Amino acid sequence: MNAHYTATAKALHWVIAVLIFGMLGLGFYMTGLDLSPTKLQLFSWHKWAGVTVFVLVVVRLAWRVTHRPPALPDHMPALERLAAHAGHHLLYVLMFAIPLTGWLMSSAKGFQTVWFGVLPIPDLLAKDKAVGDLLQTVHLSLNVVLIAALLGHVGAALKHHFIDRDDVMTRMLPRRRR
Amino acid sequence: MKRTALALLATLALATSAAHAVEYNQVQVDKSQIAFGFQQMGVSMDGSFKKFSSQLRFDPAAPQAATASIEVELASVDTGSAEGDGEVARKTWFNTKDFPAARFQSSAVKALGGNRYEVAGTLTIKGTSKDVIVPATFTPQGNTGVFEGSLTIQRGDFSIGEGAWKAFDIVANDVVIKFRITAAAK
Ligand code: HEM
Repeated sequence: MNAHYTATAKALHWVIAVLIFGMLGLGFYMTGLDLSPTKLQLFSWHKWAGVTVFVLVVVRLAWRVTHRPPALPDHMPALERLAAHAGHHLLYVLMFAIPLTGWLMSSAKGFQTVWFGVLPIPDLLAKDKAVGDLLQTVHLSLNVVLIAALLGHVGAALKHHFIDRDDVMTRMLPRRRR
Repeated sequence: MKRTALALLATLALATSAAHAVEYNQVQVDKSQIAFGFQQMGVSMDGSFKKFSSQLRFDPAAPQAATASIEVELASVDTGSAEGDGEVARKTWFNTKDFPAARFQSSAVKALGGNRYEVAGTLTIKGTSKDVIVPATFTPQGNTGVFEGSLTIQRGDFSIGEGAWKAFDIVANDVVIKFRITAAAK
């Protein structure tokens, strides 16, 4: 079957998926904590992992613009195709914009990001409390949109598998060894 | 001819010594800053204190006679986030309820040459006093002079950050205190 995604595409999809689910949980959990060394540690980890996601997403976008993903099955009506394309575009935008706003927010709040405590990431914005607070709201709002988009994404994948009974979901899964 | 030259020299000498007798003693708080910096998991952080007062007397011609004292209102701390400001006021950090101010009182000033000086004195924070030596520079600017310098202290020496904060792996032990004090001459 040639309709499968390439191994690179699958690896990027699943590594980013696992990291993003972890990031959503960590993000909401850590912001609810009272200030403590643990909280500061979790914030740092969130930022380190988030920058990692950002790098992976850039690689993924580069893959996407240089490759054509397998075509959608013929049975899909025009509206579903449109929804699939729009949904995937939205996910790419969010995967890029969420870590970016996190990075910019950290700069604006005056908390530089030092990747894994070793590599300082340049501050693209000067320290400015109002801008920092605004970006925090944007980061949160985009995450809420992301959760909605992910629900739709997972729901659509399951519908393809169990209702349409096509290969749209399985072609992103690791290939079974024969 | 010789006499006039001598008289001229004498007046010159007088004039310069009069200029040297300038004493900088009117601290201009609005043109002064007290800031600090530290490392948090490898990230350089900084903050400042918005309220402090200072008395000083400094005559560049007689630096050894200079005195300086600074009193910092610890509750006026700006750590960069409201959450951080609230936290450091608590018992485990500054305990501003019981120890509202930090103090520095000079005991001796030594000229190091050029515009550099060494100010010995006592720093008191949260009930602990320690003798410190603060390197400082003095730059005259018209009728005012600017005193600048920095001092690295260990927060653990003053019990700043107790309990869960006692370890230095998240918030480092070293804290750099940076000051810039402007005083007018009178
Ligand atoms: C895949 C990428 C990311 C995801 C899914 C994500 C998700 C989240 C979520 C769900 C929150 C909680 C929102 C709230 O309650 O306010 C959050 C907060 C936060 N994120 Fe991210 N994030 C990502 C990347 C980043 C990056 C790259 C940085 C910085 C370099 C970052 C910095 C922050 C900060 C500082 C907060 C706390 C805001 C605050 O309350 O002060 N995030 N993130």
